[in-house]
Amino acid sequence: MKTKRIFAPLTSEGIKKLETGDEVLLSGIIYTARDAAHQRMTKNLKKLPFDLKGQIIYYTGPTPPPPGKIIGSCGPTTSYRMDPYTPSLLKLGLKGTIGKGERSQEVKEAIKRYSAVYFIAFGGCGALYSQFIKKTTLIAYLDLGCESILKLEVEDFPLLVGIDACGRDIYQQQKT
Amino acid sequence: MRKISAEKIIAVISRLCIQSNCQINEDLITSLKHARGKEQGRARMVLASILKNIKIAQREKLPVCQDTGMAIVFLEIGDKLKIDLGEFLSLSALVQEGVRRGYQSGYLRKSIVEPLSRVNTEDNTPAIIREKIVAGNRLKIKLLIKGFGAENMAKTSMLRPDAGEAGIKRFTLDSVKKAGSHPCPPMVIGIGIGGTMQKAVSLAEEALLEPVKSKRAYFRGCPGLKSKIKRLEEELLREINQLNIGPAGLGGETTALSVKIKTFPTHIAGLPVAVNISCWANRHQEIIL
Repeated sequence: MKTKRIFAPLTSEGIKKLETGDEVLLSGIIYTARDAAHQRMTKNLKKLPFDLKGQIIYYTGPTPPPPGKIIGSCGPTTSYRMDPYTPSLLKLGLKGTIGKGERSQEVKEAIKRYSAVYFIAFGGCGALYSQFIKKTTLIAYLDLGCESILKLEVEDFPLLVGIDACGRDIYQQQKT
Repeated sequence: MRKISAEKIIAVISRLCIQSNCQINEDLITSLKHARGKEQGRARMVLASILKNIKIAQREKLPVCQDTGMAIVFLEIGDKLKIDLGEFLSLSALVQEGVRRGYQSGYLRKSIVEPLSRVNTEDNTPAIIREKIVAGNRLKIKLLIKGFGAENMAKTSMLRPDAGEAGIKRFTLDSVKKAGSHPCPPMVIGIGIGGTMQKAVSLAEEALLEPVKSKRAYFRGCPGLKSKIKRLEEELLREINQLNIGPAGLGGETTALSVKIKTFPTHIAGLPVAVNISCWANRHQEIIL
């Protein structure tokens, strides 16, 4: 299988070319948000810390950067905890999420309805993923510490397509 | 009486926090490499990434995983050892200071919050401390790092006394199936059987400290139990690895790297069972002072 290079923010045409199981290398801007940031964002959807249109959210809370490093360890956290919040963000134009593990039926349907994509990264590989992050900017919720929202500039970040815009699920494929 | 200073204990615990988070034990690496050799396709790709990650973490002195967990400190304190507390009020305060320094100086993530307000304690304390007094003049410190992607999948059940091995197996397999792709498989599984609910849970956690391949005395003075447990561990590992959850939940033969069981006598009316699940990165270190 050929690895596809993709760029964030995502475009509708770009998303349509992605199929579940594809290996991709992602470059561009993505945003971190995990449990507490999702709770806060969805409390007031009119006042979000960044415009969601076309963007990708990475479910991660990195370790602090040691001196001389851009970021610490930065792998995916378990996605299902974000499931209750994801459909409302997709409705507002969010196009991609990155995490690990299966998603709920509601999220799968929302991904299909809003023509989005769910990428998976491998859990427990935070040191490896830190190598593909070129720049970080703290943009919101500073008080949340490791759960603050960071804007990340990534280059050739390796991912798998977990759920494509047609709603096909990599975890279901391996079960059948 | 042999003496040990507060500073010594603090420095050791601080170092153990950093080591546990940045290094994976050899027995686990061997087991991961063995699994990589057996797998094909995506399962192999996941295991290769995990092994590459371990190398990068060691080279770059970075934590293996961004979830640097909740620290659990097991202390075995010799009854003939005197601990010089210095300015500290208790041994527990010393341990917390060690964890605090380790997480701060090691650039580890501070993930501990008050449970209801969700306010972060900012230094990853409190660690959970489990202490026991033993004969001798040594201090044994074991540190287990528990990431919560896996901890969230832990389960306990008060089975019927007649549930037997079949009941224990069913409950374990069911817990692993429910955990599925979430806890970063391949998992390391600790099972506690017997005692009270609390005891079973403690045993399951302690079982995670066992080496992946271990030969140990399970229960002195009770012949037959050792081989019975060993057989149950092997059967469970085999059956779990037939579930096709696989590395990262993407299918394969390696759903678990190891299953370890610890038992304790229980009441005639019950059979408590606890299943503690660790991600592949079962991080623990120990030292004897």
